Amino acid sequence: MTQQFYVSPEQLMKDRADFARKGIARGRSVVVLSCSDGIALVAENPSPSLHKIGEIYDRIAFAAVGKYNEFESLRQAGVRYADVRGYSYDREDVTGRGLASVYAQSLGAVFTADTKPFEVELAVAEVGAAPAEDRLFRLTFDGSIADERRFVVMGGDAEAVGEVLRGNWADGRDYAGAVRAAVAALSGRTGQQDAGPAKELRPEGLEVAVLDRDPLSSRGSQRAFRRLATAELTEILGEGMDG
Amino acid sequence: MNMPAGGPGSVFAQISHSATASFSEYLARTAPDLLPGARGVQQLPPGAAPMVPHATTIVSMTFAGGVLMAGDRRATMGNIIASRHIEKVFPADSYSVLGIAGTAGIALDITRLFQVELEHYEKIEGTLLSLEGKANRLGAMIRSNLPMAMQGLAVIPLFAGFDAERRVGRLFSYDVTGGRYEEQEHHSVGSGSVFARGALKKLWQPNLEEDAAVRVAIEALYDAADDDSATGGPDAVRKLWPVIYTVNAAGARRIPERELAATSEAVIAGRTVTGREA
Repeated sequence: MTQQFYVSPEQLMKDRADFARKGIARGRSVVVLSCSDGIALVAENPSPSLHKIGEIYDRIAFAAVGKYNEFESLRQAGVRYADVRGYSYDREDVTGRGLASVYAQSLGAVFTADTKPFEVELAVAEVGAAPAEDRLFRLTFDGSIADERRFVVMGGDAEAVGEVLRGNWADGRDYAGAVRAAVAALSGRTGQQDAGPAKELRPEGLEVAVLDRDPLSSRGSQRAFRRLATAELTEILGEGMDG
Repeated sequence: MNMPAGGPGSVFAQISHSATASFSEYLARTAPDLLPGARGVQQLPPGAAPMVPHATTIVSMTFAGGVLMAGDRRATMGNIIASRHIEKVFPADSYSVLGIAGTAGIALDITRLFQVELEHYEKIEGTLLSLEGKANRLGAMIRSNLPMAMQGLAVIPLFAGFDAERRVGRLFSYDVTGGRYEEQEHHSVGSGSVFARGALKKLWQPNLEEDAAVRVAIEALYDAADDDSATGGPDAVRKLWPVIYTVNAAGARRIPERELAATSEAVIAGRTVTGREA
């Protein structure tokens, strides 16, 4: 008869957390930041079709790092949750907070009960009428939920990227400024001379989307989510990229 | 649906079960009571259709580079005018519109479901459904309303959109069984449709300009309102004009009130000058 070895709950949880953390750190970073025009979501992603950033609802977007199949199924579940809610109540009753707490519950349940935790980290962004009303939620593999201010950095070397963003932060940036700041942080450009060589990030290697603050007057649509095409991105990054 | 490899109960079957891009299919599985007409929840006793508002005339036509759809603003309940303000033409997504005739309550629900269906597909798949695909989905929704239609609560939509492949505007009509028929040039549905169709036959021409097409639509609805008591004409007292949408390569656009007021008043003035009796 085989003997079941005793593993303490602390050790079990620690092993699971280490496993998930390793998987997430292997990927590339995603930055979500709030600015005067709305919310910009910037990801390092060489694939033009396997998205890390997606639309959930009128004013809500999703960004993720980690295993594609896992966060893609979470994104689809989020779209279904939001559409059912908006259909059975009203479009304005779908909130980022509600979605984030559903994500937190399912991530938490998978972390404790399933054989393997999700190797993902998610951000749920909801654009408000003013930058102070923007909501950025960060969700980690164990179901922890954090309400962030100004920006969220996930995956890869998140610490370093966050440090650069915090150092260069300026309120009241427009999309172009915000995207430039995010790309500079992702490529490891600190603005200091002694920093290591910066990575070259081409517009083709980036996935960028925005949540417009007032889509109804600018585009005549309820839906704030919009992807930036490579041409638009080249234009944004072209000016002042060397500055 | 094709049976996935491995038969029922296999991993593939489970994946394809959870991975539907159709919102109405998902609702039917998880919350069937939310579907229009509460499908499958209860059957009405035979022959007991209640008095409910009915939406009336919709006209649609192609014009140079696109397609137009217009609807009057009246809903009737027997001999009573149930609403003077109802809107019966809606954008389905950014490249298609639909107009509804028949039982207003169910029609509005089907419209809402159809709008979510298209948006849901777009978000899940990351791409727009083809125009034929949209037209087929709408047909399936109308077919599922067949039990209600048999009780007298029928919904007849008219669907029009811009075909991104062929670069033309196309329009589709339906019957209560979900049968989908592509229409050429122009079409109308609802109680005043015969009169509107007569007007369209004389006024419609190939390659109309957009503003000319708007004028033709208002003329046709005017004729329908003239002879059909359930269709409302332009109301200059209350400033109520038909709802008109156009769809072309740039997307769906609602014709603004100001343009509608000017064209409607021009039509009324023109007819006043002519002074015809019949």
